[in-house]
Amino acid sequence: MRSRAVLRVYRGDRQLGTLKSYEVETCEGMVVLDAIHQIQAKQDNELACRWNCKAGKCGSCSAEINGQPRLMCMTRMDRYQGDIIVEPLKTFPIIKDLVNDVSWNYEVNRKIKAFHPKPQQGGTLRMQQYDVDRVQEFRKCIECFLCQDVCHVLRDHNRKDVFAGPRFLVRLAGLEMHPHDVEDRLEAAKNILGTEYCNITKCCTDVCPESIRITDNAIIPLKERLVSRYYDPVAWVWRKITGKRKPV
Amino acid sequence: MFETFEHDVLVIGAGGAGLRAAIEAHAMGAHVGLLCKSLLGKAHTVMAEGGIAAALANNVAQDNWQAHFRDTMRGGKLLGNWRMAQIHAMEASARVMELEQWGAMFDRTSDGRINQRNFGGHRYPRLAHVGDRTGLEMIRSLQDHSAEQDFKVYMEFTAYRLLKDGDRISGVIGYWRETGRFALFRAKAVVLATGGIGKCWQVTSNSWEYTGDGHAMAYVAGAELIDMEFVQFHPTGMVWPPSIRGTLVTEAVRGEGGVLLNGKGERFMFRYIPAMFRGEFAENEDEAKRWLIGDKLARRPPELLTRDVISRAIVKEIKEGRGTAHGGVSLDIATQRTAEKIRSKLPSMYHQFKELGDLDITKQPMEVGPTTHYVMGGVRVDPETAQSTISGLFAAGECAGGMHGANRLGGNSLSDLLVFGRRAGASAAEYAKALNAFPNVDEQVARNLCREMLAPFDRTEGENPFAVTEALQTVMQDWVGIVRTEEELVRARKKISSLKERALHVRAGGNRQYNPGWHQALDLMNLLVGSEMVILAAIERKESRGAHTRIDFPKSESKWAKVNVTIYEKAGQMHVKQQPLPEIPEDLRKLVEGEPS
Repeated sequence: MRSRAVLRVYRGDRQLGTLKSYEVETCEGMVVLDAIHQIQAKQDNELACRWNCKAGKCGSCSAEINGQPRLMCMTRMDRYQGDIIVEPLKTFPIIKDLVNDVSWNYEVNRKIKAFHPKPQQGGTLRMQQYDVDRVQEFRKCIECFLCQDVCHVLRDHNRKDVFAGPRFLVRLAGLEMHPHDVEDRLEAAKNILGTEYCNITKCCTDVCPESIRITDNAIIPLKERLVSRYYDPVAWVWRKITGKRKPV
Repeated sequence: MFETFEHDVLVIGAGGAGLRAAIEAHAMGAHVGLLCKSLLGKAHTVMAEGGIAAALANNVAQDNWQAHFRDTMRGGKLLGNWRMAQIHAMEASARVMELEQWGAMFDRTSDGRINQRNFGGHRYPRLAHVGDRTGLEMIRSLQDHSAEQDFKVYMEFTAYRLLKDGDRISGVIGYWRETGRFALFRAKAVVLATGGIGKCWQVTSNSWEYTGDGHAMAYVAGAELIDMEFVQFHPTGMVWPPSIRGTLVTEAVRGEGGVLLNGKGERFMFRYIPAMFRGEFAENEDEAKRWLIGDKLARRPPELLTRDVISRAIVKEIKEGRGTAHGGVSLDIATQRTAEKIRSKLPSMYHQFKELGDLDITKQPMEVGPTTHYVMGGVRVDPETAQSTISGLFAAGECAGGMHGANRLGGNSLSDLLVFGRRAGASAAEYAKALNAFPNVDEQVARNLCREMLAPFDRTEGENPFAVTEALQTVMQDWVGIVRTEEELVRARKKISSLKERALHVRAGGNRQYNPGWHQALDLMNLLVGSEMVILAAIERKESRGAHTRIDFPKSESKWAKVNVTIYEKAGQMHVKQQPLPEIPEDLRKLVEGEPS
């Protein structure tokens, strides 16, 4: 393993910035976040980044490393041979250096109706583990927003006005598939969160550090529910007759 | 110089305790503000892994609050505040069920109820969990629930100091990370939910936020703090590779059957069962193996002893030359459970070791050693209301003291956050309601504090704040660790005095926008206060109890079982005194001291 490495780190704000080179000492098992911390402590006290747990559990240290959206704390230095380029996320405005303004995500989150259970039978909810497994996959999300960063509807077309992005479709799917939930969020999924804007290129799934199968397990089932609600004539007739809104 | 906001109840800290407090205060009609040091949802609670302790009795019907109370008090080596431990044991179950009503998805039993796992010091399987990411589930459930409540959340705001009107709390001053500008929050009541002080040490499982802000703010404002000598070193942190040293390996590994082996391959914990717990644990490997496969007559393996006991045992094994290659011991689950079971119950541990340690925990043992994890000590509070010794100042969660005594049981932290977070929020709202007007804020004092915060920019020459922080962490690691002596503690205290001097001359360059050097310079002040409290309290307590081990006073003494060591400020100096522990009622004393039911 090499004993030194060069990092080229974005320094600047949303208007102006450059990649600045820093040489760091490396040691076994070192991750990119360690290198950033070393730069902060020894070379450049003003280099800004976010981090918390340093164990892949909080989703704070998202960045683009050699162009790939990744968590800095879970990215080993020894993956790379040459210089390592570290930049902030491209989809969100830059505050400073590696810190992005991700406040838009928190606004979107408030548009989703939270979990509301059926009235209770004797206090505790009864659920089978296989039902729970399905939802727990979505609840692994650590809100690193890497999926939002890589989603081309947000990244290339900047349609934050109409599309909530993969992170929030994952949350939505988790709520919709909760065995005890009574809310109906399909109208919001269509009209407010813009589920139909996703054209299932699966880029989000590729970058998810929690390996959530975002497209296959969350977005496609949501799209299927939207199809039966809004575009399936048989289901439309069924609803007219029975008055039931949720698919059987 | 600063913008001003007003709230009836201001909550500082947005982990489990802070969020729960804000939700409760809001539900009671208070106008609530919630300050987050990081982004919402990133607080230290997300790192909690193993579970939340509550006597739901889903897996073993005999469990009840009395048993949970008994385990908590004994785990705390009888030094815990009995009333807090009782309230906690009685209310934890309701808080877990409430969390489920807010969307939390716990793992299930075969009949569809919340599944509970074994953990150190808990007599019955008691920890409601979600694999090994229970904290994330908890914070997300609280966050999503609170997204529907209209209280105000202020992200990336660091609270610096509390303001008072006479003896009453009147507000908080601090800065926005993004701009470096100042804000004054006027409040009728303030809830501290700021977590711990783990960043005082070098090897720690704690994040950058854990600089003891609440401990220091309360102290400077004149509140009393208790039990600061008790710092929990979690027995199992990662030790290799070096860059990851200290990262937590959940106790759930042992809860699921993991065993501890020394460098010679011996399962050493059988040799370390303390007298207090003898008879409650398996005495040999054969019995422990029978327990693992579900034999109801077999007792629990000694790997499920409390954290203080296990950390000490590991240190002893390593010191006596029976450590592993990188100075740890082995934690092995691969030989105890199937690969499939390991991946389903410990997914993030599997991932963490695979990515960061090049190790497959379904095939190989992990190398582990103690890491700074939690401070039992904190702001002295009233058990019922969570109010500190200052009117209008409340504290909940890790920054409050008393609940866990000399050692906290795993899983009792998440439940503590909810139980006392809720109580603190409710009491703060009631307190605020009773005040007709906002207490006065002396703007001159606030302006002076702003100038104090800016001081690191005024220095044209000065030390690097990161370097001084590192020096402090080295002192604490070397001399104020798991095993302590008077000589080393006194040496550490002297060293702290010189570090305080150095901290007054650290320099921040550049401007105020998102400037880590400046933030570090300010956090350093709090780290020094926290460190000094631990050292002073540790010198005072001349015995060994729970997480506080003195080589020069190796025994627990009954006279020390009756007092809390209390820290307070007087004329700018830190003082220490002994205060009698509240007397436990006879029926509860019998429960704690008697045989398990």
